[in-house]
Amino acid sequence: MSDVVEKTLTALPGLLSLDSQTGAGKLSSSTKLGNLIRSITELTSKHEEEKLIQRELAAIKEQVSSPNTTMRQMREAMVRSVYCEMLGYEADCSYIHAIKLAQQGTGLDKRVGYLAVSLFLNENHELLLLLVNTVLKDLQSTNLIEVCMALTVVSQMFPKDMIPAILPLVEDKLTHPKEMVRRKAVLALYKFSLVAPTQVQHIHRRFRKALCDKDPGVMAASLHIYLQMIKESPEGYRDLAGSFVTILRQVVGGKLPVEFNYHSVPAPWLQIQLLRILALLGKDDQSTSELMYDVLDESLRRAEINHNITYAILFECVKAIYTIHPRADLLEKAAKCIGNFVLSPKINLKYLGLKALTYVVQQDANLALQHQMTIIECLDHSDLIIKRETLELLFRITNTQNVRVIVEKMLGFLRGCQDDYTIIDLLAKVAELAEKYAPDNHWFIETMNCVLSLGGTLMPPDIPSNFLRLLAEGSDSEEDDRQLRMFAVNSYVSLLNTNPTNLPQQYLQVISWVLGEYSHLIDDLSASLVIDLLVRLLDQPGLTSDTRSWVLSAVAKLSAGGSGAVGSEGPGPVQRVAQQHSSSLDTQLRQQALELQLLSQDPELHARVLPRGASWAGLEVDSSLSFLDGFVSEALAKGAAPYKPPHQRQEELRQEKALSLEPYGLSLPLSLSSCSIADRHSPTLLSISSGLSGHSTELSHRAGSGSLRLDGVRRVWGKDGYLAQREGPEEPSVPQETSIPAPPLSPQEGGALSPPSAEPSKEERDKQQLASSLFQGLSSHNSTCLMGKPEAPASQRFRKKHTTLGSTSSSSGSSHSGRDPSNHFLYSALSEESPASPLMLTQSSRAPPIRTETNGTHTQEEMPVPPAANGVAEVDDPEAPPSVMTANELPAPGVARWSSLMGGMEVVPLCPQTPPPIDSAQSSGEEDVTPEPHRELRDCPLTSDPIPPELRDLPRSEVTPLSSDQRLCVSCCRVQREEALVLLLLLSGASGPALLDVSLELQCHPLKVASLRGNAVERLPAQGVSVCWYTLLMEEPHTHVMVSGSVTYREEAGHTHTLDISTKLSLADFLRPLPLSTEEYGRLWLSISQDVKQNLQLLHPDTDPLHSSLTLLRDKLHLHIVDIIGSEGILACQLLKGAVCLLHCRVHGGALAVWLRSAVAGLPDCLLYHCQRVLHEH
Amino acid sequence: MQFMLLFSRQGKLRLQKWYVPLSDKEKKKITRELVQTVLARKPKMCSFLEWRDLKIVYKRYASLYFCCAIEDQDNELITLEIIHRYVELLDKYFGSVCELDIIFNFEKAYFILDEFLLGGEAQETSKKNVLKAIEQADLLQEVRLTCPTSTPLYACFLLSCSFLLSSSSH
Repeated sequence: MSDVVEKTLTALPGLLSLDSQTGAGKLSSSTKLGNLIRSITELTSKHEEEKLIQRELAAIKEQVSSPNTTMRQMREAMVRSVYCEMLGYEADCSYIHAIKLAQQGTGLDKRVGYLAVSLFLNENHELLLLLVNTVLKDLQSTNLIEVCMALTVVSQMFPKDMIPAILPLVEDKLTHPKEMVRRKAVLALYKFSLVAPTQVQHIHRRFRKALCDKDPGVMAASLHIYLQMIKESPEGYRDLAGSFVTILRQVVGGKLPVEFNYHSVPAPWLQIQLLRILALLGKDDQSTSELMYDVLDESLRRAEINHNITYAILFECVKAIYTIHPRADLLEKAAKCIGNFVLSPKINLKYLGLKALTYVVQQDANLALQHQMTIIECLDHSDLIIKRETLELLFRITNTQNVRVIVEKMLGFLRGCQDDYTIIDLLAKVAELAEKYAPDNHWFIETMNCVLSLGGTLMPPDIPSNFLRLLAEGSDSEEDDRQLRMFAVNSYVSLLNTNPTNLPQQYLQVISWVLGEYSHLIDDLSASLVIDLLVRLLDQPGLTSDTRSWVLSAVAKLSAGGSGAVGSEGPGPVQRVAQQHSSSLDTQLRQQALELQLLSQDPELHARVLPRGASWAGLEVDSSLSFLDGFVSEALAKGAAPYKPPHQRQEELRQEKALSLEPYGLSLPLSLSSCSIADRHSPTLLSISSGLSGHSTELSHRAGSGSLRLDGVRRVWGKDGYLAQREGPEEPSVPQETSIPAPPLSPQEGGALSPPSAEPSKEERDKQQLASSLFQGLSSHNSTCLMGKPEAPASQRFRKKHTTLGSTSSSSGSSHSGRDPSNHFLYSALSEESPASPLMLTQSSRAPPIRTETNGTHTQEEMPVPPAANGVAEVDDPEAPPSVMTANELPAPGVARWSSLMGGMEVVPLCPQTPPPIDSAQSSGEEDVTPEPHRELRDCPLTSDPIPPELRDLPRSEVTPLSSDQRLCVSCCRVQREEALVLLLLLSGASGPALLDVSLELQCHPLKVASLRGNAVERLPAQGVSVCWYTLLMEEPHTHVMVSGSVTYREEAGHTHTLDISTKLSLADFLRPLPLSTEEYGRLWLSISQDVKQNLQLLHPDTDPLHSSLTLLRDKLHLHIVDIIGSEGILACQLLKGAVCLLHCRVHGGALAVWLRSAVAGLPDCLLYHCQRVLHEH
Repeated sequence: MQFMLLFSRQGKLRLQKWYVPLSDKEKKKITRELVQTVLARKPKMCSFLEWRDLKIVYKRYASLYFCCAIEDQDNELITLEIIHRYVELLDKYFGSVCELDIIFNFEKAYFILDEFLLGGEAQETSKKNVLKAIEQADLLQEVRLTCPTSTPLYACFLLSCSFLLSSSSH
């Protein structure tokens, strides 16, 4: 077939020149479109084309806006507009008419209208809203073709907000008699699940029906959805693995109709989809993997015809075999298969072979060895894509022994590479390899210099900052560090001596930092020489002001002179530079120049501010500027207005402008009246002296603009004075600080493994030599390599992950120091005393008060109802669809029922004599909570605990009714899981007839729905209770979040009812106590900067007010009391697993002075609001 | 699949289908870059390209290049076969397809593509079924053209007794 196509397409040039050919009639040259195309091909210049198209567009515009245009003419005009758009001209006047055509046209006209809409607009275009009605109408049409058209357009683009409007209609189409419609409906739902996953969660169980559809096309379409869902959470779908295996076996065995064959291979698309699903399901799961070994084996065996399509299947098979739990004989076969790919003369297969090797080599380095000669050949392949993939493979097998050769190859490729994306990727890889496997210092510095100079403007900023951090932090060996730094200095001095002109800015920044910091290490290098070199840099044209700033701070560090001999030579150029920049327009530079001027003239000040060679491990950044506290309070005492952070000021401004309709917003200053402070402008009563810290640092981060962040250099004043010296490298690397300390330069790697021999020249090395050097360490001792190999990439990944995660704790680590801020209120005192506070409350503080009942009080009310379990299962799936393809078995182990019934809902039948469940809700909270089998099936709602057993041990709120009518009652319970809030919605039916198709939908914005279970149930029997779980996350702090939604259900008679529900979730539901020691608290306090202070009302001013107030706060807001000493107390909490907030409380003049700090803006404000409420309400 | 482009050896775009929402400016930029890159490649080179964070799979049929963008973990070979199957469909529909067919009847080419791929995923891989769907739609067109006046009546009738005839409209 393909040959035929090729032949006819080759005949094309002939056709183009001869219009009078037989094919010409078919090409409809008489139409307007034909004329347009014809006249365009006759044109010679781009300019002429533009003129012609503009004329054409004007004509189209006139035509479409004329009222007399028939639908047919309209269609013609649309086709021409589409053509103009394809040529790159905008035909926006036609957009609205395309929508009109889709709406008003029939048959082909409508079809062209829809097509034009889908080509003109994308799913964010506002005009698309006008299409919603048309789609609605067509979905309800009795005309099959119209329904199909609507479904087609819906699954390509549809405004996200309007999905709920058409969802029920699309859902109905899942049961349409025509398989074509069902298939399109499934794909439309797939599209919805990608765009708005929460909208379709309630119909997951209907996807199961699609999976069991008797038409293979529909079933194949549903696999797209499953693949997507399994990608997100494989755990929930492991029970389906058996079904997928069965389907695959049938497909491979040729049980599908012949029309699904493609080049006599049965349904390859289906096979590949299934293989991908199986790989995801079997990953890290032995028992699931065991199910699929046989069918994978069979797939490998059956795919034998030498055709692309079988290779596609084989490739997917190999990937699956290496992804799932390994089995020796399959691995062997897969390895052989990879061999076929790699050795194939077809270049596409070779590429895939390399790709597979890259994937597999982490598990089996031996394979790379087997194919080393092919790999070497590919390394010099003329096709860059092959070369690139080979480098990727080599990157994965790098070790300390072959790193030189591999990095050399990579740098070679980089030099000739044009593509930005590839360059950035490779730069990062080279830097990573250099850091991890550098054989010696010299090589490391050289390689990094190469990377820095090749990177140019594309350099990702973390490469230079990581490099500097590595230099600065050093390793364990003092001598080794010194060596490394000296190498660096030497290489830069000699580089600058050659007077280079076009070094990248970031490279210059690195050079000036290293020279400023370490040039004193080399004895015979005078500071003035280095200063001369640096100053010469400043004269270069095209130096950015960022770089200037780096150079200036380097000069400042050096300006004290090498060996105390300041006066003689130093000041000359230094003064000149300082002079030159002291009138700079850039305020930053000007400030630095003035500082430089002072420092260079005053050696004592210089020595104090910029002590040379001081270890920077002890550096502590007091980002809260607490050393200014004295100054601030003095100013306040003199009547200065208290500082307000910008967000607070804005809030106030807004409040002044307009009436606030919300009684309690974030407007803290205005709600102060509730803390019984009469005059809020009186500075004595109100000590809001906070918060300048976080914001002032923010301001100083003048936009990084993709270059190195210079915060450290900019924020020059710290507690001990000038900070620039050691802060420079620290600041940019803050997020990486706790990463596993720089691996490369430990002494044992330094020279022992491969002594720094002379680099063998590349030309004289033949392939054999290259191979031996490339595969060093892989070949020598295989067993250790096999053990060691998977580790390398894993550890790399871990390292990366670790660096990002470490950001919060890292800052606390960095401020770990012996130097305590002396006058920094509580902490110095706390860390000296042992924190033996009697008030350490842990376990009991977390449990809410309702759960104080002892176990076993209600046991006599239990009635065993064993058969109910089966009953439930039946209700759950009343019409298990008969299917040729799958056995849709659901495992139902007793205890795990709550979680195992994916997408289904648990229905708990209750005995008829019970009172309505709402009244019982209160008492149910006091139930004993020992999980027992059939526990939830107890007969009486008064005593039955509707809370699922796995949640019973967690702190939770009372069950409160939300809404009810005669047939259904909805109540809710908030369960505080460690990492999320579980909002349980209990749907309990009244004693009337059973309710059908109960479905629940909630709008939780701005909360994030982490998971959702049981929000749709087909049948809720009389007196039954069904539980729906919403697992919610709060990512940004909010004081309150309104959650609202509705429950819809159908009576057996057929009427549909809707019940609106809404509930308010408070920040307190998402707060979790953070157990900390006083010392940890102290460190953390210093490292975070967003802060808010306020005075609050105290409880019981006469008897131990601090203690009672703090205990109340702890109980209500789930805080952890770290310590209470005298009149001060410290508390800590966490927003779920995320942001930390620290509180410091002090009794001061009859009020509670609260000071909150957090790394997240807004959290202190929100928490303060709740503290205020709690204390006030009490 | 993220998008599909058809362009000629001269770099003229013949068909474009985007399955991800992008602005016109981005689309133009991507098209320009890709057309350049693909045209610059030699005939014996690999059909796959790494481009930004996507994989490009392309194949040349006579004077036309078919070019698809897929994600990294997608299967390149099967994408190549998607292109081939599309060419087969075009060939069958037009009867020995040539570039001119696609130029002059590009809307038909789009219709076929929509029946074959939907939202970037293979919808119907059976050649027979795709063509049947297209023929059905075309046939409807013919009927409408021959008796345009009967349409409203027909529709009204159906609406009034939709319970009985809900699925028998064709």
